Amino acid sequence: MVNYSFHWRPVFEALPDMLWGCLVTIEIAVLSTAIGIVFGVALALARTSGGKIASGFALSWIEFGRNTPGLFQIYLAYFGLGSFGLHLNSYAALTAGIAFNNASYLAETFRGGLRAIPVTQTRAARSLGMSAPEAFRLVVLPQLFRVVYYPITNQMIFSVLMTALGLTVGLDTDLAGVTQRFNVLTYRTFEYFTVAAVLYYLIAKVLMLAARLAAWRLFRY
Amino acid sequence: MFNATVSWHDIVFMLRGAGMTLMLTFWSVLGGTVLGTVFGVLRASAPGWPSAAVGALFDVFRSIPLLIQIILANAFAPMVGLDISAFAVACVVLAIYGAAYCTEIVRAGVLAVPQATRRAARSLGMSWWDDLIAIVFPIALRVGLPGWIGLALGLMKDSSLVLWIGVIELLRSSQIVVTRTQEPLLVLAIAGAIYFAISFPIGRAGAWLERRWQDQ
Amino acid sequence: MIEIEDVHKSFGALEVLKGVSLTVSRGEVVSVIGGSGSGKSTLLMCVNGLEPINSGRVLVDGTDVHARGTNLNQLRRKIGIVFQQWNSFPHLTVLENVMLAPRKVLKKSRAEAEATAVEKLVHVGLRDKLTAYPSKLSGGQQQRMAIARALAMSPDYMLFDEVTSALDPQLVGEVLDTMRLLSSEGMTMVVVTHEIRFARDVSHRVAFVREGLIHEIGPPEQVIANPQRAETIAFLKSVR
Repeated sequence: MVNYSFHWRPVFEALPDMLWGCLVTIEIAVLSTAIGIVFGVALALARTSGGKIASGFALSWIEFGRNTPGLFQIYLAYFGLGSFGLHLNSYAALTAGIAFNNASYLAETFRGGLRAIPVTQTRAARSLGMSAPEAFRLVVLPQLFRVVYYPITNQMIFSVLMTALGLTVGLDTDLAGVTQRFNVLTYRTFEYFTVAAVLYYLIAKVLMLAARLAAWRLFRY
Repeated sequence: MFNATVSWHDIVFMLRGAGMTLMLTFWSVLGGTVLGTVFGVLRASAPGWPSAAVGALFDVFRSIPLLIQIILANAFAPMVGLDISAFAVACVVLAIYGAAYCTEIVRAGVLAVPQATRRAARSLGMSWWDDLIAIVFPIALRVGLPGWIGLALGLMKDSSLVLWIGVIELLRSSQIVVTRTQEPLLVLAIAGAIYFAISFPIGRAGAWLERRWQDQ
Repeated sequence: MIEIEDVHKSFGALEVLKGVSLTVSRGEVVSVIGGSGSGKSTLLMCVNGLEPINSGRVLVDGTDVHARGTNLNQLRRKIGIVFQQWNSFPHLTVLENVMLAPRKVLKKSRAEAEATAVEKLVHVGLRDKLTAYPSKLSGGQQQRMAIARALAMSPDYMLFDEVTSALDPQLVGEVLDTMRLLSSEGMTMVVVTHEIRFARDVSHRVAFVREGLIHEIGPPEQVIANPQRAETIAFLKSVR
């Protein structure tokens, strides 16, 4: 049925390099999610309490990020920014592109999260004599964290999957890039990428498990 | 700002790429929805280990980067003697990827129909099939449509990944024009505008439908 | 002393308080009764500044609540309020809920705040729920926690906004008992309530509010047992 002879051994010999690639992959995912959170919060605030200009700018960013492909955004970072004199290497362009994308989706997460916390909580806190910043910091923010926790962890796992797009801009240090390096040397595409697929699956599952465990410790209520 | 080096010929070329994007989207949404509906109804109606197995299988497709799936499928086809075009490989992979998400959307939609309502239908003598078509389908549709539209738009955007195996869709055609004209920002801006023009109205229409149905 | 002088309040085009005047002296328990939409809850929220007023004055111990320069955060330390929905802070234990404001607002030490919190929680009968999260408590228990939370600030005045209306009937009694206890200790209380019997038993004065005005006010023997105004009679008949 299959007119192909599988050669798995070279792949297992490449495994250490691929595992290092996994670390780079996770690193990019964490970095792009962290940046995405920072900008996502800023965008959410601009949309809810910003003036016309800030809100409009935020809306443009969000709509642009959600209506164009992630690969397109990465291309923009890698090829497009060159016109402004900003030449990002593939690592930076990939991270920037994924971060931009994350911010667009997380902005809506934060907006929805803020809406989900009843204004009566703020009212109760203010009635006890807390100032507005205190009420926000001590009562609203901890609850917001709980609400946005899983959306953020899901976005991070999605970012892990998105890092594979680094192939298209020539990144060769993350899992996909390392796999491709071996692929072009040996053309054992199926074997190498099957192992890569397994590794991606494991990373996704481990991260989800870690997120659940952390949630169990963080949110006792 | 409009530079003469980007000609109308280039834009037409990009629009042909957009047409390819839409074709890929069409087939993947069709395939993904059909498969997803079948398995979604299955998962919702027959809990237990078949449902769990299907769920776990599709979960695999959601936990591996789509680009990796495309590369693997493209390498696998010749291995089993399949002489199919890159376009066909792309459609199959995107359809399965779409089905992986659509299964969950359909399952959630079917489960959203109150058991009491379904029991009432069966008590009136309706068969399982009648109940599904007349009762479950309309309600599940309303519940699942926003998610489904999101999925369809997602597939449209994800179709850009098939450039890796040589399909000339919108993003690849843009890249080709950039190579020729050396105007990356302008060309990508045009590509972005085309993507936006396809995605934004559909997204808005979906949001409008959702609001309208919520009011009813 | 709380002095409410000719307060008018509108929500947009709808005037909810049409010139309400009321004085509450230290140690007094005043119940406010009336139908839904009569403006009684709004009145309470105007006392601690949660709602602004359109005209009139509200003075608490001589301080104008709605004056521009008034430090509301400071004023609110003197006025405790318990709402219909207990508004527990879900991310904190019962003890932490009650300790939060004394620590952050009154700047008490952890030990001091904890001691105060424990004392108040024991006082309202929640001795064995200190380390539980509010989600594990019944509505009546959460409401008593809300009372303890307000008491922990050592307020001079306690406002109650229909605190039993959202409770299952069998849980109402425990909350009313707590309020009875407070009144017997001399706390100044303004109680907006549907519980006519409670109002009759515990209050020094009862005010009947209808359509944004106090139609009748006086001791319970008068307002409840022997009402003078036709509207009061009609209302009491409708809730009997």
